[in-house]
Amino acid sequence: MRGNMTGVKEKSLKKTLVKDFKMNKWKYLMILPVIIYIAIFAYKPMYGILIAFQNFRPAVGMAGSKWVGFEHFTRFFSDFNFFRILRNTFSISICSIIFGFPAPIILALLINEIKNTKFKRTVQTVSYMPYFVSMVVICGLVKTFCQSDGMITDIVVALGGERKNLLADKSWFYPIYIVSNIWQYIGWDSIIYLAALAGIDQEQYEAARVDGAGRLRQMWNITLPGLMPTIIILFILKMGGILNVGFEKILLLYSPTTYEVADVISTYVYRIGILEANFSYSTAIGLFNSIVNIIFLCATNLISKKLNETSLF
Amino acid sequence: MSEFRIKINGRRRSVGDVSFDVINTCIMIGLIIVTFYPIWYVVCASFSAASAVTQNPGKLWWPVNFDAGAYEKAFQHPLILSGFRNILCILGLSLPLNLVMTLLCGYFMASKNVFFKKWIMMFLMFTMFFSGGLIPSYLNQKSLGLYNNIWALVIPGALSIYNAIICKTAIEAVPDSLIESAYMDGASDVTVLVKIVTPLIKPTLAVLTLYYGVGHWNGWFGASLYITDNDKLPIQNILRAILIANDTLLNQGAASMDVMNTYAETIKYAVIVISTVPILCIYPFLQKYFVKGVMIGAVKG
Repeated sequence: MRGNMTGVKEKSLKKTLVKDFKMNKWKYLMILPVIIYIAIFAYKPMYGILIAFQNFRPAVGMAGSKWVGFEHFTRFFSDFNFFRILRNTFSISICSIIFGFPAPIILALLINEIKNTKFKRTVQTVSYMPYFVSMVVICGLVKTFCQSDGMITDIVVALGGERKNLLADKSWFYPIYIVSNIWQYIGWDSIIYLAALAGIDQEQYEAARVDGAGRLRQMWNITLPGLMPTIIILFILKMGGILNVGFEKILLLYSPTTYEVADVISTYVYRIGILEANFSYSTAIGLFNSIVNIIFLCATNLISKKLNETSLF
Repeated sequence: MSEFRIKINGRRRSVGDVSFDVINTCIMIGLIIVTFYPIWYVVCASFSAASAVTQNPGKLWWPVNFDAGAYEKAFQHPLILSGFRNILCILGLSLPLNLVMTLLCGYFMASKNVFFKKWIMMFLMFTMFFSGGLIPSYLNQKSLGLYNNIWALVIPGALSIYNAIICKTAIEAVPDSLIESAYMDGASDVTVLVKIVTPLIKPTLAVLTLYYGVGHWNGWFGASLYITDNDKLPIQNILRAILIANDTLLNQGAASMDVMNTYAETIKYAVIVISTVPILCIYPFLQKYFVKGVMIGAVKG
């Protein structure tokens, strides 16, 4: 009896599959190049992570290299750089979230209050501009503006600071990094909030006005709560990338004099792996980075699910 | 405050309301100046005399001692020329590949009643959250022979799943009836994609082309990993050498060292202008479509 049932099931599954392939033959053929591409350029490197558990030598390949278990991980945890790069990564990342995350929200709220459509559009267009300027150019400008007789340095001196090359100064690295990041992304990141603002019920504002609520009060009590779901989703995504600091930017801005505060996990991986060709060790550090990221993503997601019933997955 | 009211354009408004607008406008004008000034500085510097630029780093409101010689010199330098030529080649090869791959992927993702769709989607989207990382990718590319040639900068960036999802959302907005009636007429999926879907999602494709294009145009890290010959480097890497590393790269192959040194400071800015202004002229036209693109990234996969 049971055998008969599975027989029917198998038959119907086979039928479904044959029908599916007949009907969707072209669709499968179309996705095939994409699957091949993803397999080669995304999944093959994932398999390559295994060299973190080997003493990989390019000459003999993965098959010929010796397996060493968790040796590279224990070496990393006792590396004298471990504490430094972990501290720097978290510091830069947390400072970026504290200062950088609210900035586009505030900008969107302010742009939303502009009544003149033409002026509104101009503000938006100009604020998107830095997003399209390349990182190399932005870092080049940061370097020029922060040199000992540069414009930013002049402002710092006028405010009572000391005249020096700010970029070579350890205490200035974070402010420069974070402020230039806000400058670059504030407009672009505000787009999503502006889009969410369009979905807020206008009648609420009417009602608030009748009750005598001022503009700031309306912003605080209507607009901001209306943005909350978007804010939470973006915050989860941000937390998920907590260890992914602006790697290219740091690579362009830091120098041996600022390694002490600016060297992060990804730049360390780059130096150890690419410049010193220490492949296995740097892959282990990279894997550590990915795992911490996933833990953070899941944790934030879980917390937000409990508290707000808004979650990513 | 609300009892104090003033009359503007025939409407009575509270003082609080008006002062809010005034302060907000001031903040916005401040933002425009802060955002625009560095770009304006670059343009001014590129048209100034080199000595004026060296004396006023970051402090030019107008070209000083107007001199457009830097542009002329920039276009005579073999490495700057090859930098632009290389990036144009990369764009020419990449963009068609990007669009085809994105359309194929987006079309599949948007299709209905496909048995293996769920698994294939999971296979593709998992790569958005987890990757092999820098070193395994580097070794992978090297082992494939994508090293020190232009393909090393084209093929690995053939598709962004993120952009494919944007494309998928646009395709989903195409009315089902259009596609159904095409099937009735005996059209295959290839015909539907080429003749019906693609023309209907042109605005989205334009934005995706911009995203891909800007990504390639502004990219430098890939080339710094995979390209070892100077004359194969795209323009951003040449810029990196002269802006960040203070490299003597430009002295190689320069026609005359003296001329190059006189203009060294302003050539930097001329190259920035030539490499940045084209993009800054294009994006405002596509601005109204940006919203679509960024919305999707934050919505549940």
